[in-house]
Amino acid sequence: MTNHWIDIKNANCVLIMGSNCAEHHPVSMKWVLRAKDNGAKLIHVDPKFSRTSARCDVHVPLRSGSDIAFLGGMINYILENKLYQEEYVKNYTNASVVVGADYAFNDGIFSGYNAETRTYDKKAWARSKDKDGMLVTDPEWKNPRCVINLLKQHYSRYTLKNVCDVTGVPEKTILEVYNDFCATGKPDKAGTIMYALGWTQHTNGVQIIRTSAIIQLLLGNIGVAGGGINALRGEPNVQGSTDHAILYDSLPGYLPMLRAQWQTLDEYLKGCTPSKEMPNSVNWKSHNPEYMVSLLKGWFGDSATAENDFGYSWLPKLEPRGNTSYYSVIDRAYKDQMRGGFVFGVNPCQSFPNTHKVRASLDHLDWMVCGEVHNSETSDNWHRPGVDPTKIKTEVFLLPSAHRIEKEGTISNSGRWLQWFDKAVEPAGQARDFGHMLVPLMNKIRELYKNEKGVLPEPVLNIVWPKDFVAEEWTKRINGQFWKDVTIDGKTYHRGQQVPKFANLAKDGSTSSLNWIYCGSYTEEGGNKSKYRDKSQTPAQAKLGLYPKWSWCWPVNRRVLYNRASVDANGKPWNPNLPVIEWDGSKWKDGYDVIDGGGAPIGVKEKGRLPFIMCADGLGHLFGPGREDGPFPEHYEPVETPLKSHPFSKQLSSPVYLTFHSDLDKLAAPGDPKYPIVLTTYSMTEHWCGGGETRNTPNLLEAEPQLYVEMSEELAAIKGIKNGDGVIVESIRGKVEAIAMVTVRIRPFTIMGKTVHLIGMPFAFGWLTPNCGDSTNRLTTGVYDPNTTIQEDKACMVDVYKAAKLTEIA
Amino acid sequence: MQSTRRSFLKGVGAGVLCLSLSQLGFDLTEAKAYAKELKIKNCRAVTSVCPFCAVCCQVIAYERDGELIATEGDPDFPINEGSLCAKGASLWSMYTNKHRPTKPMYRAPYSDKWVEKDWDWTLDRIAHLVKETRDKDLILKNEKGQTVNRLDSVFWMGTSHASNEECAAIHLAMKSLGVVSMDHQARV
Repeated sequence: MTNHWIDIKNANCVLIMGSNCAEHHPVSMKWVLRAKDNGAKLIHVDPKFSRTSARCDVHVPLRSGSDIAFLGGMINYILENKLYQEEYVKNYTNASVVVGADYAFNDGIFSGYNAETRTYDKKAWARSKDKDGMLVTDPEWKNPRCVINLLKQHYSRYTLKNVCDVTGVPEKTILEVYNDFCATGKPDKAGTIMYALGWTQHTNGVQIIRTSAIIQLLLGNIGVAGGGINALRGEPNVQGSTDHAILYDSLPGYLPMLRAQWQTLDEYLKGCTPSKEMPNSVNWKSHNPEYMVSLLKGWFGDSATAENDFGYSWLPKLEPRGNTSYYSVIDRAYKDQMRGGFVFGVNPCQSFPNTHKVRASLDHLDWMVCGEVHNSETSDNWHRPGVDPTKIKTEVFLLPSAHRIEKEGTISNSGRWLQWFDKAVEPAGQARDFGHMLVPLMNKIRELYKNEKGVLPEPVLNIVWPKDFVAEEWTKRINGQFWKDVTIDGKTYHRGQQVPKFANLAKDGSTSSLNWIYCGSYTEEGGNKSKYRDKSQTPAQAKLGLYPKWSWCWPVNRRVLYNRASVDANGKPWNPNLPVIEWDGSKWKDGYDVIDGGGAPIGVKEKGRLPFIMCADGLGHLFGPGREDGPFPEHYEPVETPLKSHPFSKQLSSPVYLTFHSDLDKLAAPGDPKYPIVLTTYSMTEHWCGGGETRNTPNLLEAEPQLYVEMSEELAAIKGIKNGDGVIVESIRGKVEAIAMVTVRIRPFTIMGKTVHLIGMPFAFGWLTPNCGDSTNRLTTGVYDPNTTIQEDKACMVDVYKAAKLTEIA
Repeated sequence: MQSTRRSFLKGVGAGVLCLSLSQLGFDLTEAKAYAKELKIKNCRAVTSVCPFCAVCCQVIAYERDGELIATEGDPDFPINEGSLCAKGASLWSMYTNKHRPTKPMYRAPYSDKWVEKDWDWTLDRIAHLVKETRDKDLILKNEKGQTVNRLDSVFWMGTSHASNEECAAIHLAMKSLGVVSMDHQARV
């Protein structure tokens, strides 16, 4: 989230799209309704009418997978009607930047496309630079190659008719939503966007979010109270586990992953430390060397020295375009390229797409270690229905793990607040938290390397690794410590003491930090700030709903990201009634939020700095040349689609979506008459994700006992299905049994003149809980966003029919 | 000490009820005895965070003699203000249900059953498997002759259920072994 949960109350308009927050983030709705109490308009855009829709002013049912068409139409509407906040757009976005001659867009394909590798060469989208490496701009917007003009041209195809044809939303409703949300383009108004997996789980998920970023930048809604783009993160601690990079493609604190082309630390730092692209940009990533060296120092301690590149050479490096995500693992396991692995607190056999392949792939492993609170469809995959265990070679371990209340540590909420939790009781039986599994395991491995030698023992033996797991020791290490005595502003910090803030991290090996964005969370002066429980506020903060002394939030306790964009060139808040920060003519005033990046407002001579400090140009990116699938979002159909063509271009689906190839990676052809119905999947209030924990909680299972499929009355009538009937849902990949829930919450869509039906299913039920049904993901597709490798769970094609007999549900 | 809304209600709520009912002439002995014996009496109140969804509602867990007695939303936490959803409200039954494995379990190759093992044997066995696999499969150089030190045949999946501290430890452990197939449910 750029903002935080409470800040939603400050919005004048709340657009909830790709999320059903009333059911999946129920307590967030408290703040959405607070906004409504304050007079805000609430809009829910989602294929299904839900409890979120029920509390909104408008519900807009759109066909799953058509989000960019809907939002692209809004961009066109803003530009055609000049509803953008002009001063904001001119000063703070790259609207005026001139794009180089190589950029082009022809009938659905951007320049730089290689059809053989199905990838883009992003160099083709370069922006024009002068001899000093600074971006060429045209503040008058006369140059046809400046971003705002290219943007206008690109979205001119997103007419009301085209949007209506593809999304299935009537023009009148589209206009109503555009009008309401674009009213927040006025400087003193704010609109917020709340999204969740309904946006990310598409082959163009990142570009859907980019579309929302373009809208929010045009309307001047980033950085202000009640604005922003708010990803409703799923599991706690998915914010923190992402920050700490339990990911294949980044390092803690969003530093780039180590790659083979960077053989030395110097090469790595050169490769991933951007240079300034505008004279007055902050370019915060120029500090990457300090953060990277401090990370290495945090990992290898005294073994990390300037002479040995701080241990850089010991570490693994991915190939330049190497992708080792979940789904690459599944594919390689299926092809006998994996030997073993760890599955902790996740249930791939249940919640990954195309689970037939996932389940089959794990049979190929020699060993698998599961850390779980309960037996799961993954830990018990070797005796799943239809499989003979005596044929499965895998050696499986199930390590009983502790629940949240049985352990201590910190998590990070969606608004980036670092919250400490205490241990209430000992873990059940011999259960342990993950730390108490991993620390002794690594010590045993280290012992083996010490005693028996082995291949490349250095990284294993040289890490700073404790004897026992003590959570708060790691909280301290995450913040970072001094490794020699350092004097800052007259105060001397000794070796082993806490670094006060990330501006004090150094690249000479004198400091460590396991995650620079958390530096400042645990200091000598302030102690463990995740434990703060002080509600005191200034009057300005009380008005904002900002609690700077309750917990701590990254970065540097700044509660609203990009808040430098909430003021005009002279530092005056766009909305004088709800200032997030304010410049008094010579300095930023106290008593508001923590200022983003320092520097004066851009109107101040020489000292003025652009607000988007993490971008090398300091600007908000309407034109985003960094993504894998194009600098402007473009509508493409889901890979499985009811359509054979769409009005935006000849390119039906994303030209660069990722997939894998095997006998179990089947895809239905576009418009395949055997699979005419769109399936979307979702979670529910009573069950969590794949359902591992909640199916084992009797009262929750009683509330939601079995797998169902929601369908319209019209579709049910066509199929001869009655409410409560057992049905089969079938895709080209498999069949799933479910109970029909015939409802008015889902209605047929009219798409390009034809009726298209959509059905929806939860995915929380699995075979290990008797008679409740089995994985819905046996139906979904293994096709992925090229930026994130997130699967297209939200749209695939199926058929549904009445079941002669049910075997999975009783 | 400042009185919180919770302690205020605890202290006063029962009293107000008693006053009005006794005026009506009811025998309150039983009710008073019940009120005195609130189930969280003499419990230690511990602050925790609900383990579902990233609203991260704070909860109060009540412990007595090592036993989890009750859980409720933390009314002082500015985001949830004491509210919880169906899952958050079920924390007590989630923790105390009988479905949980409480000992390390082992399934041998080609076996059709789980067997209980102790932690020391289990971690020993896993450590040997990891080392054996790493020593066999670690790729020191790629085809171009570049140093890559990569263990491509081993993976780590999960988890966003882990604390920040556990995540930092997981990341470091896997990097030290050369594991780059590391991912968690940011995607699911």
